[in-house]
Order: sequence, then structure tokens, then C-alpha cells
Amino acid sequence: MEPVLKIEHLTKVYPDGTVALSNTSFDVHPGEFVVVIGSSGAGKSTLLRCINLLVEPTEGDVIFKGEKVNQSKSKQVKHIRREIGMVFQNFNLIDRLSVLNNVLHGRLGYTNTIKGSLGIFNKKDIKEAEAILERVGLKQQKYKRADELSGGQMQRVGISRALAQMPRLILADEPIASLDPASSKNIMDHIYNICQEDQLTAIVNLHQVDVALKYATRIIGMQHGQIIFDGHPSQLSDKVIDEIYDTKKPPLVNAQ
Amino acid sequence: MSQQIGKEKQNIYPLVSSDKEDIAKPKGDRFLKIIVICGVLLFVFSLYQLNIDYTNLWVGTIEFFTMLGEMFPPDFSEWQYVIPAAIESLQVAILGTVIAVVISLVLAFLAAENITTNKLFARTIKGFATLMRVIPTIVWALIFIVAVGLGPLPGVLAIAIHSLGMLIKVFAQSVEEMDGGKIEALKAAGANWFQIIAQGVIPTVFTALLSWTILRLEIDIGESTILGLVGAGGIGWELTRAMRTYDFNSALFITIVIFVMIFSVEMISNRLKLKV
Repeated sequence: MEPVLKIEHLTKVYPDGTVALSNTSFDVHPGEFVVVIGSSGAGKSTLLRCINLLVEPTEGDVIFKGEKVNQSKSKQVKHIRREIGMVFQNFNLIDRLSVLNNVLHGRLGYTNTIKGSLGIFNKKDIKEAEAILERVGLKQQKYKRADELSGGQMQRVGISRALAQMPRLILADEPIASLDPASSKNIMDHIYNICQEDQLTAIVNLHQVDVALKYATRIIGMQHGQIIFDGHPSQLSDKVIDEIYDTKKPPLVNAQ
Repeated sequence: MSQQIGKEKQNIYPLVSSDKEDIAKPKGDRFLKIIVICGVLLFVFSLYQLNIDYTNLWVGTIEFFTMLGEMFPPDFSEWQYVIPAAIESLQVAILGTVIAVVISLVLAFLAAENITTNKLFARTIKGFATLMRVIPTIVWALIFIVAVGLGPLPGVLAIAIHSLGMLIKVFAQSVEEMDGGKIEALKAAGANWFQIIAQGVIPTVFTALLSWTILRLEIDIGESTILGLVGAGGIGWELTRAMRTYDFNSALFITIVIFVMIFSVEMISNRLKLKV
């Protein structure tokens, strides 16, 4: 099968000289649920942001559905972005707007400038947004202001916004890092199930190895901007985990 | 964000701190000391140089109270001129503020570093804003009186220009304080610049913009009363006229009107601020 996303020799050097990504290459095939693990500063966020060009790569190519994202004109970039839904650690909702309005922001890429700016969306989009909210269990909350929700609910709105884009690919940047364990499970279940049901491809950055093992169909381990592990979760040995997290020391808390 | 590669592999979560060397105490305080000493010297120098005759203070105080006595009772007889003049002052302030708000809303988004389309353009706008702000309203009024003649128009223009200088700065600052993640999220959804501003930035900074606007209206009403002194219309003009003809009783009435006007605006705006 054709890969939906090809990353080729991707390098990102920030203006301060920090090398966040160095010569990273991998392909993502449709339907994969890829989890990227690695310690803070390993380059996971930069990798994700290079894919939809929120961060401009220094070298290398990102090829989405056969198109070079990083060489597209700004209009094309917007067209590519709307096919890639993104979920953030801090949810990044517009607090003062309603839940429904926040979900409809996922349709801005498909709405013309004036209507989009005024927040006028067509009936079909509104229906669709409501259906998505029902799917994540937030139908009752649709007219509430986004800042009235709990963290887990906010993240579900974040997921809904990404889904409203009708994406091919979902990027999730540490979606559960600011949530409690129960909400975390709920959110991961939602992301995983939706990707299964809609046959979406997902790339998820995570800190927690156990969560990664539970959901991933493929795990990528990063360290110092390079991929040091890429394979099936069953291949991820303790030795590799130690290497990814660079911990030769005993764990902070002994599990079991 | 990321570790420099090529560096020796190091544990980024050290449990035991290993630095034993004592660090030097920072010397940041010296700058502050110099500033304070300079300030005191400048004060003493100014006090000496201006050579103020302090006996005047005493004489002046007595004269002030004599004058206050003469001012009583206030003369309400010219109310049919004073009240419309007061309303004109209000109108000048409102017009000037609204013009400034509308223009600065457009320019502030271009001037805010985090969402501007061009950094150089942003700096240029901010530079102009500083220029408009550092020249006092009354100087602007004098400039515009030369340009367009006496009356309320130079007042409106002066207030609009000076307010614009401040509003661009504070609006742009409010936008810059916004969480960059929200802008990122809309960008990631494929929204364009206008949509990001209208759907993301404005709802987020709305309360800040509103309270700055109310504050500015308050300041502008105060300033528009003063502008009359240089001939830019309004109640200030009436006050100058009364004072010049030694009609102190009228002057007291006008002062009372100004006080009531500014005080009630302040009351109303405080109420509004509570609502936002």
C-alpha cells in the first residue's frame, strides 16, 4: 500500500543552533497508529509540527499523499493542513467561544474568508459538528463556553475539532500530558477507537511507555533528534526503553 | 526545545546535584543604585536652579482662598451656553476615541509580533504609535488648529491621534500576551490570517480590548475639556472665557459641570468594567 506520509531526511535546526531533528526518515502507512516516545526535548514535538509545517524544516522533505508539503505554496499548505487534524497537550481551545463553535473551527479551512471570519458555517458543517460532539459524549455541552469544561472534556472538544476537518491523518502532541489518569484513558480510548472506526492514520507523541504499548501498532523511539527504535510494540525491550529514556538509574518508583 | 546532538550522552534528570563550586553573588543592584543617586542629584539640582520663592506659597494660598470666596455663589445664568459646550466636549471625546479604536483595531493586529505578516511592518507601525503617543494631545490640537482652524474638528483629530498612539501599543500588547498554542491550533486546521484573527484572537483578547477602550474614553473626556483652552471647542473654551473676563462665578459653575461630567463617566465606566 502507498504510504500516506513519507518523511525523508528531515532535519530541523532552530535559530539558536539547537538541533531538534537530524536526518530523520520513515514512512507511515494508512491505518497505522504510530506512537512516538522519547524524553523531553528528544524532538517529538518538532517532528509533529514539521509534518503540517507549523515548524519549517531546515532540510529534508515531508510528503503527504504524494505532495511535498514543505515546497508547497501557502494556499496549498492550508489545503494540506486541513486534511491533517491536530490535537494538543493544552487543548488550545478558544475559551470564550462555545464548544460547538470550537468544533466548527475545524471547518475554517473549507470555509471562505468572510464567512469563516464571521463564524457563519453552513448547515451541513453544523450538523456534522453536532454529530461528532455526540460521538465523544459532549452533545449536552455544545452551547457551553469552552472554558466551563473540565480538562478531559476540553480535550474531547480538541479531538472533535480535529475530526471536523475530515482528516486523513491525526497528529496528537502529548494529548494526555495534562490530564488525570482516568481522563487520560478515556481520551486515548477515544482517539484510538475513532481512528479504528474511521480508518484514520494517527501519529501520537506520548511520555508514558505503558500507554504507548497498549495502543500503538508501531512505536518510534526518539533521542536527541534521531530515531533509535522503530518497530512493533512487542519488539520494544526494556533495554531499548532504557536507551530511549537514557536512564541507567533505578526507576523513581518501583512498579509492582 | 531539544538537546544538542553530538554532546556526550547525559542524564537530563539528575537526582543528585553535583555542582560544589560556590557561585558569585549577582551584581545587578549596582545599576539601581546609580539610578537612585542620579535621581536624587537631579532633584536637588532642580530645586536649587529654579530658585523658587517660598513666601509666594503662603501668599498664594491666602489669595487662592480669597478667590474661592469670590467665586461663590456659582453663577448658573449662562447654562444655555455652558451645557451645550459640555455636550460638545463629550462628543469630541467620543468621536476621537471611536476613530482611534477603529483604526487601531486594524493596525494593532499588524503590529503584534506574534501574528504580524511582516516583522518590519510591525516595528514601523509601533514606531509611529510611539511618535503619536509622546506628543501630548494639546500639542496635536495646536497643530490641527493651524491646519483646519478653530472649533471641535481639531479637538477630535488631536484626541484620535494621541489615543491611536496608545491604543495600538496596548492592543498589540494584549494580542502578544495571548497563548501561541491557540493560534497554532487554528493554523493547523487550515484557517487563514483573517479567520485566525476573527475567530481566535479577537474572542480571546476581547475583554482586554474593551477595558482599554473604556479607560481611554475616560482619559479622552478629561482631555477634551482641556482642549477648549487652546480653542479646540467644548467646555474648556467657556472656562477660559469666564476666567479671562474675571467672571469667577461663572467659572465655578463651569468647573462644577466639568467635575460632574468626569465623575459620572468614571462611575459608569467602573460599572462597565465590573460587567466585562
